Amino acid sequence: MKSKKIIIASIPLVIFAILVLIFKSSLNKDPRKLETKLIGNQVPVFELASVNSPETVLTNADLPKEIFLLNVWGTWCVSCYAEHPYLMKFSKEYPIKWVGMNYKDTHQDAINYLAKYGDPFIYSIADTTGQLGIDLGVYGAPETFIVDAKGVIRDRHVGVIDDRVWNKVIVPKLESIGWNKSGME
Amino acid sequence: MKLLLSIWLLMFSFGLLANETYQFDSGVQEKTYREIISELRCPKCQNQSIADSDAPLSEDLRYIVYQKLKAGETKATILQYMQDRYGDFVLYDPPVSPKNYVLWFMPIIVFLIIIAALVTKVGKRKLKPEAEEI
Repeated sequence: MKSKKIIIASIPLVIFAILVLIFKSSLNKDPRKLETKLIGNQVPVFELASVNSPETVLTNADLPKEIFLLNVWGTWCVSCYAEHPYLMKFSKEYPIKWVGMNYKDTHQDAINYLAKYGDPFIYSIADTTGQLGIDLGVYGAPETFIVDAKGVIRDRHVGVIDDRVWNKVIVPKLESIGWNKSGME
Repeated sequence: MKLLLSIWLLMFSFGLLANETYQFDSGVQEKTYREIISELRCPKCQNQSIADSDAPLSEDLRYIVYQKLKAGETKATILQYMQDRYGDFVLYDPPVSPKNYVLWFMPIIVFLIIIAALVTKVGKRKLKPEAEEI
C-alpha cells in the first residue's frame, strides 16, 4: 500500500523529468534550420552556363565523379563575403573539389567577385533565374551540399563554414562517407 | 501638402506590396493562386506566408506558383512540389506524420487517462448516506 503511494507520488516528478529532457534537446536546435528533403537523392537536373566561361553549358554529367562540395553563393549575399576566405583556405589545404553555384547573380558581378577575392571553385554554375536553387531547396545562402561520387546529396550545411564548422561538422561528415584528408578515396 | 502626398504614397505602396501584376485565365484561377500563396510559408522569412513576404525567394516562389497554375497544374501538385523541396515546414497545414504524433494524439491520450482515473476513483467512492433526514 505504501509503495503504491510512492509510485503515484513520483509520477509528476517523472513527467517533469521527461519534459526537461525534451526541452533540453530542443535548446540546441536552431528552429530556423529546415530539413533537407534532398538527402539521399541525386543533384537536381540542371543545364546552365558556367560563370567562368559563359559559352560552356554545364549539366549533371560535368559534376566531379568523386566526393565534392557544392557551395551556393552570390555577390548579394553578405555572409558569403565572410565565408569566402575560408573557402579559399579549405580548397587549398584539403584534397576536395568545390563546385560553386552562383545563385541569382548577374554574370558580371560574379566574375568581378571571383577576380577580386579569388576562385576556390573548379567552376561555378550560373543559376541566374534561381530555378536550381529552388530545386535544391536553398533558402539562405551560403549553403553547402556534400555530394558523393554518384552525384547523391548526402548532407547540407546552411550558413557560413568557418574553421569550427569545417572541423566539427563538415570534415567528420565527409569522413563518414569515405573521404579522407590524405587525398586517397 | 507634403503630409497628404506621403499618405497617398504610403497607400499606394501598400497596394503594391506582394501584388505582382499577373494575368489570370479566370477568376477561379486567381482565387486558387491567392489560396496557395497564403498556405505556403516563406522558407527565408519564417512565420510569413509567401503572400505576405517581400523576400526575393517568396517572389520567385509566387512566380512558380503562377506559372504552374497557368500550365494547368492543380493546387495539390503545386503544394507537393514545394513540399518536395522545402519539407513539411513550407505548408501551413502540415500532414500528420510520426514526427508530430505527439502533438496530435497527446491531448486525446491525456483526456482518456483523466476519464479512466475518474471512473476508477470516483466510481469506487462509497457514498455515505446523508444523515440529514429526520
